[in-house]
Amino acid sequence: MSRRGHARIAGVYEHPRRVIKDRSVAQLHYEVAAGALADAGLSFADVDGYFSDGRTPSLSMIDYLGLDVRHVDSTSIGGSSYLAHVGHAMSAIAAGTCRVALITCAGLPRSRRRPEFHEGTPESAFEDVYGTSTAGVYALAAQRHMYQYGTTAAQLAEIKVAASHHAQYNPNALLPDKVTVEQVLESPLISDPLHRLDCCVVTDGGGALVVVSPEVAAGLDRETVSVLGQAEAPKHSANGRIDPTYTAAAWTGPRALAEAGVNTADIDYASIYDSFTITVLETLEDLGFCEKGKGGQFVTDGNLISGVGRLPVNTDGGGLCNNHPNNQGGVIRTVEAVRQLRGEAAPPVQVADCELALVHGTGGRIGTRMGGATLILGRDAA
Amino acid sequence: MSTLGQFGLPVPAVPEAPELGAYWAAAAAGRLVLPRCRQCGFVIWYPRNFCPACGAADVEWTDSPGLGTVYSCTVTRHGPGRYRDVGPYVLAYVELDEGPRVMTNIVGCAPEEVAIGQRAVAVFDQAELEGQGPAALLRFRLVPTDGEDPTT
Repeated sequence: MSRRGHARIAGVYEHPRRVIKDRSVAQLHYEVAAGALADAGLSFADVDGYFSDGRTPSLSMIDYLGLDVRHVDSTSIGGSSYLAHVGHAMSAIAAGTCRVALITCAGLPRSRRRPEFHEGTPESAFEDVYGTSTAGVYALAAQRHMYQYGTTAAQLAEIKVAASHHAQYNPNALLPDKVTVEQVLESPLISDPLHRLDCCVVTDGGGALVVVSPEVAAGLDRETVSVLGQAEAPKHSANGRIDPTYTAAAWTGPRALAEAGVNTADIDYASIYDSFTITVLETLEDLGFCEKGKGGQFVTDGNLISGVGRLPVNTDGGGLCNNHPNNQGGVIRTVEAVRQLRGEAAPPVQVADCELALVHGTGGRIGTRMGGATLILGRDAA
Repeated sequence: MSTLGQFGLPVPAVPEAPELGAYWAAAAAGRLVLPRCRQCGFVIWYPRNFCPACGAADVEWTDSPGLGTVYSCTVTRHGPGRYRDVGPYVLAYVELDEGPRVMTNIVGCAPEEVAIGQRAVAVFDQAELEGQGPAALLRFRLVPTDGEDPTT
């Protein structure tokens, strides 16, 4: 069964707030769902498939939202979950099990601390006991990448500089100020080589996507974008032989590009999950935008800045500057790619004639176990 | 529940995982044992009582001298939970000579002394937990470069 062209993203929404003390997580799910449905020109009554990461149990959310659905998916692979949901929605629509898929993400990690990560998992007695902060585990990947390939902290900082350049045009960005390589390197070390400014923001809020069949899309006034390709893969610690210098993007990128029938040279815009600067660098290499190990050179000299470099990346400011709600940025990465394809990005960062976008999500921790998912989205008609 | 061990880092209670009793009993005695698959020979990490490489439920616990090489390392300034206020500490992967890359802390030296490629040896951080008895956690220290055998 071919899925290509069987699904279109009709509605997207990014919650405009970053610090939210007057809402519950469930209420935020409602607000982002309502926003994405309104963007598509659809209503809650049209939804027949519901997708979420299950942190708020799906049965509770379906009940809370009053949905009448016949397809439910609670796939949870960290921040890449929502890109998996888009692919699962595409498969479901192609198989005829739903026509209007609602994907929601919401959380309040800035205002409410969550319990320690991964408690009670089988690996916790052999990992968490050593003080494995998320930054620390990503730092282990960064240190090894630097050791093997000569990547430098200044090259990693270039990724933050590009994000901050874009964020200055986003009035909702948590960190809207431009920064320099020197400012990144002078910010406090969190876990070598990662400085505070190598780390994404922690924000409240969320986002939502509405994926529909081509038939539903044809009846809407809104411009929709085609889901041309999608792939997902978990990558784990390989029974104690982990190599954290590459990510699951090495597997999902080629598969998604092949399904779409395009290659990296065709991509006009890329949303690359940026939990940390090292996440972007390894992902760009693994997707094939440059040779493995050459990511440090690829990201320098503003190469990720819209209008300046070869590959505009994260034109909303990304997780590094704009928004990382629920500690899971995949939905917002997808929202910005749809904005670019519709010509609705901030004018100074809008990519001219943007027809083909790649979105990559990373979940979990690249230094231990992670989820990866890639989407190829197109502006052309299905 | 944890207490601070001999290197100033948290040592937690032994987890409830009855099938890993051989590992924790050896740890309490200061010995490192590694699970090895009798069918395919794979040395498994983290410990499981089956082989995730071939699926066999035929694991033996083999003694290890605990020698390895630092595969990656980072100095974390403020960790999660009990690690928030213990000061900078080294989070690392040590690649054991038997093959597995083991998440751990490097202790017994200044954090900035640790670098990828250095030799390291296992040390069990022993502690007594109030009301829960003895606990032991696998950590590593650097092998002195003067050729002295650290295992003696």
